[in-house]
Amino acid sequence: MAESINLKLKIWRQRNTKDSGHFETYDMPGVSTHMSFLEMMDVLNDRLIRDGKDPVAFDHDCREGICGMCSMYINGRAHGPLKGTTTCQLHMRHFSDGETITIEPWRASAFPVIKDLVVNRSAFDKIIAAGGYISVNTGNAPDANSLPVEKVKADEAFDAAACIGCGACVATCKNASGMLFLSAKVSHLALLPQGEPERKERVMRMIDAHDEAGLGSCTNTGACEAECPKEISISHIARLNREYLRAGMSQE
Amino acid sequence: MASSPKLNSRIPEGSLENKWTHLKSTVRLVSPANKRRLDVIVVGTGLAGASAAASLAELGYNVKAFCFQDSPRRAHSIAAQGGINAAKNYQNDGDSTFRLFYDTVKGGDYRAREANVYRLAEVSANIIDQCVAQGVPFAREYGGLLDNRSFGGVQVSRTFYARGQTGQQLLLGAYSALERQVAKGAVKMYARHEMVELVVIDGKARGIIAKNLVTGELERHFGHAVLLCSGGYGNVFYLSTNAMGSNVTAAWKAHKKGAFFGNPCFTQIHPTCIPVSGDYQSKLTLMSESLRNDGRVWVPKAVGDKRKPEDISEEERDYYLERRYPAFGNLVPRDVASRAAKQACDEGRGVGPSGLAVYLDFRDAINRLGQNVISARYGNLFEMYEKITGEDPYKTPMRIYPAVHYTMGGLWVDYNLMTTVPGLYALGEANFSDHGANRLGASALMQGLADGYFVIPYTLGEYLADDIRTTAIPTTHPAFDEAEKAVHERTQKLMGINGKQTVEDLHKKLGRIIWDYCGMSRTEEGLKKALGMVLDLKKEFWTDVRIPGAVDEFNPELDKAGRVADFIELGELMIRDALMRNESCGGHFREESQTEDGEAKRDDENFAFVAAWEYTGDGAEPSLHKEELTFEVVHPTQRSYK
Ligand SMILES: Cc1cc2nc3c(=O)[nH]c(=O)nc-3n(C[C@H](O)[C@H](O)[C@H](O)COP(=O)(O)OP(=O)(O)OC[C@H]3O[C@@H](n4cnc5c(N)ncnc54)[C@H](O)[C@@H]3O)c2cc1C
Ligand code: FES
Repeated sequence: MAESINLKLKIWRQRNTKDSGHFETYDMPGVSTHMSFLEMMDVLNDRLIRDGKDPVAFDHDCREGICGMCSMYINGRAHGPLKGTTTCQLHMRHFSDGETITIEPWRASAFPVIKDLVVNRSAFDKIIAAGGYISVNTGNAPDANSLPVEKVKADEAFDAAACIGCGACVATCKNASGMLFLSAKVSHLALLPQGEPERKERVMRMIDAHDEAGLGSCTNTGACEAECPKEISISHIARLNREYLRAGMSQE
Repeated sequence: MASSPKLNSRIPEGSLENKWTHLKSTVRLVSPANKRRLDVIVVGTGLAGASAAASLAELGYNVKAFCFQDSPRRAHSIAAQGGINAAKNYQNDGDSTFRLFYDTVKGGDYRAREANVYRLAEVSANIIDQCVAQGVPFAREYGGLLDNRSFGGVQVSRTFYARGQTGQQLLLGAYSALERQVAKGAVKMYARHEMVELVVIDGKARGIIAKNLVTGELERHFGHAVLLCSGGYGNVFYLSTNAMGSNVTAAWKAHKKGAFFGNPCFTQIHPTCIPVSGDYQSKLTLMSESLRNDGRVWVPKAVGDKRKPEDISEEERDYYLERRYPAFGNLVPRDVASRAAKQACDEGRGVGPSGLAVYLDFRDAINRLGQNVISARYGNLFEMYEKITGEDPYKTPMRIYPAVHYTMGGLWVDYNLMTTVPGLYALGEANFSDHGANRLGASALMQGLADGYFVIPYTLGEYLADDIRTTAIPTTHPAFDEAEKAVHERTQKLMGINGKQTVEDLHKKLGRIIWDYCGMSRTEEGLKKALGMVLDLKKEFWTDVRIPGAVDEFNPELDKAGRVADFIELGELMIRDALMRNESCGGHFREESQTEDGEAKRDDENFAFVAAWEYTGDGAEPSLHKEELTFEVVHPTQRSYK
């Protein structure tokens, strides 16, 4: 494999939420294939700053695929071409010499652009605030082993809870639906006995918050699952639907 | 030695086991009606901040919480991998509160306060109960009960974990508790906000100036008390395992307003990280300590052996941790493992392209347990390794090297977690309190949540009980004017420099100095040299930094510049502290002070104290205050893991 490649980057530039935005193209010669995608962005920004230009704003923090902060739409795919990988974990060895890479922000009306590639994802916090918790005040908990949980269920709950809240599902969905995100939380809590008492209200309240935030409805295309960097399964949406039906029936 | 009169550690009366109980039953209380009238500012919503904000709001206080990320769910705590300790003794392997306390004091090389550590061990069990009740999906055994693993420096299995994502699951638990209070209106959450100044009125912390990072606007916020839960300062080294945004700014502003800084030179270099690959590198990635349960560390016996690991026979390998420390083997504490790796590489036996790496090999564990078992235990870590390096650790050993990971130093706090500024508290990694000179694995998560869920809800009342008649001070008070003006002037100054070097350039230079002279091993000569270098770098920064963009917009470079400016000043203090502490202890290794076989040699006669540094003005030398450490229960000995 080549140690370094030459690239062109076509990047979305937008000064602020009100600006209409446009693409700009940058030459990136001699990119080391050992670099991560964000390190390549660092190199570009370093050059822009030295040239007296405005660096490209992008969100990032942990750079190891767990905080969910990075959020680039690369060549038409959330977090780029690699399955089960966040932008920060993507390395340049997966691109080829001479390639033009298009980089855009998440696009969804519920996620307005703040600047360049940075968007506002506070809609997700509102969904959690609406019911993505178990109501237990500090200090009220029984002994942790007093309630055994089947290992299979605990593992499944963990798989759902592994969602990093990055918003790739929304960015990928043609309806900009946040159902994969929402269902992962509902599923996580529904699978555990501790989550049982609030099962009905939780799902109703979270769905209301989701719709209020302007996120779209789910038409089961499965695109979200394919692009989710944590490979959260769409079966959680099926569970969500069951939970929703159950909640609806028992309310009548 | 007597402690400085400026340091009152407020350790409660009574025997070690009764101190916390005694405090809880005698601490002053604030009635529910009065709590509603009291505003508490929480800076930072990682494990410490989110747990504190949620718990205080549940009690009825009005909480305002701040974080610089776009959501509290993204704090650096999210990245913790391996696990959280608790003295539950679920494994029936002889664990107890006392043993956890003892291991932590010993692991910290006898530079922590006994009373604090005992309390930590005491509340550890409650943390697990609380988290399980919140729905944290810890690993379980087939019978449905909780599973445990071992971490370095201990001989029991007391670490609870959620695959390799324990921090994520604990933080999401605390975050959901926090969001529940946000929905109730008990917490007002300010994301993408950075605290840039502390406001002190009549000697008490009364608020902060926060910058809205989206608009660049400065905002004034009043609080009857201010809690700093702003994390550690490992990024002073530029390259570390910390998240990119982790910084010292909140703690440093507080330091300059009167909060003493405790043991700044006590930093933890973690033995198992992915080695540096190039100059463009922006951060280092940790491979969890839990891997040392099953991975064996080795280097070739021969100097300069560059063959592939597969081609090096068993007899030609040096499993140096197992050889040197038979009792603990691969599970020696971090400081010991890191120094041993450095020694092997210094001898020319390091592996990989740079020669700055050692192997962590899973071959034997895979043969013994099967790939499935190893994958169930560490699957995500193996994947992470492969993504970064392009190599498959199921087939070839991982290459690892030590990297900066955690800072034991931090704001000095008393038993109640209050700093030397009345009304200003520090929780989690931001304080200096519980880990002495070396932190044991899986103890930071425990400490952050202990501070936030179980300590501050009690101890804050002690202070606020006197404040129930203080009505909110309007933010038009001259102290707010002054603080805001200082921030504004500093920003103007930064933007006006228009020099040639980027913030990154200067940050890298700082990192190099601190890593070379105040890293894994330190000498008087080196530290003196480094002090001069850092003072020069400070001048360079303030005359040559280049910051693009404007003040009144989303400008991450400007934010980073402010943080790096603070890191430079902190770097100076770290060097002074390391220079003063002419002994080796834990992660602080002064080459002048070692045993015959190269282990850290403490000097209890002269250095059994916490160094608490007082800021005395720009360019002036800080003054040192000592808090004497007395050990009533544990008797300090030369630490041995042999
Ligand atoms: C890769 C890695 C793995 C680890 N694994 C483990 C482990 O397995 N077990 C263990 O016990 N420990 C582990 N640790 C250590 C542990 O994760 C941290 O010590 C701990 O999470 C720190 O928590 P905290 O709440 O104190 O701070 P953080 O989680 O760092 O949170 C800091 C908060 O402060 C905010 N903040 C900072 N400055 C400002 C400011 N000026 N204004 C506003 N907000 C601000 C941030 O936005 C954030 O919300 C690990 C650390 C790393 C780096
Ligand atoms: S930066 Fe944290 S997930 Fe990418």
